[in-house]
Amino acid sequence: MLSEQEHEALTEEMARYPNRRAASIDCLVRLQQSRGWLSDEALSDLAPLLDMSVHELDALATFYNRLHRRPVGRHLVRVCDSVSCWIMGADSLCEALQKRLGVELGGTTGDGRFTLLTAQCLGNCDRAPVLAIDDEQYAISDIADLDEVLARHD
Amino acid sequence: MTEQTTGQTTGQKTGQETPLTARIDRERGPLGLSAYRRGGGYQAADEALQGMSPEDVRDRVTESNLRGRGGAGFPTGKKWSFVPQGDDAPRPKYLVVNADEMEPGTFKDRLLLEGDPHQMIEGVILSAYAIGASQAYIFLRGEYVTAADVLRRAIAEAEDDGLLGDDIGGSGFDLKVHLHMSAGRYICGEETALLSALEGHRAIPRTKPPYPQAAGLWGHPTVVNNVETLCNVPHIIKQGADWFRSLSRTEDGGTKLYGASGRVRRPGLWELPMGTTAREILEQHAGGMQDGYRFRGLLPGGGSTDFIVEQDLDLPLDFSGLSKAGSRLGTGTMIILDDHTCPVGMCLNLERFFAQESCGWCTPCRDGLPYVAETLAAIEAGRGRPGDLDLLEQHTRLLGMGNTFCAHAPGAMEPLQSALRHFRDDFERHIREARCPYR
Repeated sequence: MLSEQEHEALTEEMARYPNRRAASIDCLVRLQQSRGWLSDEALSDLAPLLDMSVHELDALATFYNRLHRRPVGRHLVRVCDSVSCWIMGADSLCEALQKRLGVELGGTTGDGRFTLLTAQCLGNCDRAPVLAIDDEQYAISDIADLDEVLARHD
Repeated sequence: MTEQTTGQTTGQKTGQETPLTARIDRERGPLGLSAYRRGGGYQAADEALQGMSPEDVRDRVTESNLRGRGGAGFPTGKKWSFVPQGDDAPRPKYLVVNADEMEPGTFKDRLLLEGDPHQMIEGVILSAYAIGASQAYIFLRGEYVTAADVLRRAIAEAEDDGLLGDDIGGSGFDLKVHLHMSAGRYICGEETALLSALEGHRAIPRTKPPYPQAAGLWGHPTVVNNVETLCNVPHIIKQGADWFRSLSRTEDGGTKLYGASGRVRRPGLWELPMGTTAREILEQHAGGMQDGYRFRGLLPGGGSTDFIVEQDLDLPLDFSGLSKAGSRLGTGTMIILDDHTCPVGMCLNLERFFAQESCGWCTPCRDGLPYVAETLAAIEAGRGRPGDLDLLEQHTRLLGMGNTFCAHAPGAMEPLQSALRHFRDDFERHIREARCPYR
């Protein structure tokens, strides 16, 4: 069931569009913000509000990079692996993060704190290599600084 | 050194006119509405809505030779001219801002969005007025949260000031601006895929014709313009088409935000006259290569442009100049390949990106790009076979323009086809020695 706050947030998204379906992607993003990821239940809760089928919502949730159909940790660590960051050492950064967090790409730490993913070009190429933790972006010129950056996110 | 990224580059210390970035100061932050006005902002919008017809605005932009800054370079005035006008034109009409900056190696629109939101909103007002659009959507990539905050604030200020809303300044012109945060997919940058996403579908491109100007968002007349394109419009209206053309060193009007990333001394962004050469940007603005690194080639405007090499560096970076080198301007943000970086590995990185970001709609792109990426992965891992380069070359044609539903796969083939030409020895050596010589 949608909570009252969720219902309010979703209604706000729908107000910007001439029909309900158009708000579907914004609504999925908002629901994910509220619940962390998009479970089957989340899709079922949302479908009647948008007058869409669960399958139509699943088609969207499995298409867009920022939507998660599996549980993720409290914080998303996304290492940019696109070309400018790759030239500037994204591979070593990614390896260091896997070692530091003790997870493979796509994995979540045992304490549920971090999920490690790659990111598509974050548009910060003059500061490469770059990673994002949730909505914050960090330029990492020295892998030794990783601990400090991770420590900012409990 | 690690610090939170806020962006750090503008290009003002060049001694030339820099209309797009003149008001941008990353330390100070973006100007609010009243400060923007004090610097002459919104004069163009006020004057146009009071004293110019939409046709006058379209004509001035056409005369300025402004071409789209998103990568394709289509003349902006001409794009607008296909929108049906007159009382019987379908309504509402839409203006959509393509702020889905996801081209690998591209970080220019972020500066304009975060640094001077009112400049873009003024561009939106003028452009919407020119085509008769009463609704505008800003399609912003989900990662640009700073830009989203800055834009929301600026839109609210403009609404409070009566610059957006109904009957703006008593002109009879109405405009509502909405912000859509993308859920993330490279193909959303393709204008018809973007419209699919805005309507709440998977971002699958549409057949053209009909072009969006005739039947776009929800089947209504729609223009999709890039952020940098729109930011030029207030300056053109205010200072005229002749002035705008005079900023450029070539036929294509205006300045251009050029950028450089990779192993250069000072990676960054600079607003320079259109038609500046890659050599000038590389050597003067980016400070040349880092110590111990030699230049081998560059992608002039993002991941989907052809490599150019040393002999091409004196060509003007504009919409036609690079065709002599078999390349194109794209987004104008260059990615530099150095002599310690493997060209095969770089192509692999790019093709993996394009394979992952294919929307999957048409078979050549959905199946061909992973095949290309896997072939490159095998070569890079020392498992390449003698026929592989012919196979790759064949695919650059099979996935080329005309064989796919949209320009995604053809764009993906641009760096590869040019790398096979310019860095052939590297590819052959990988196969001959059964290893990557750069490791």
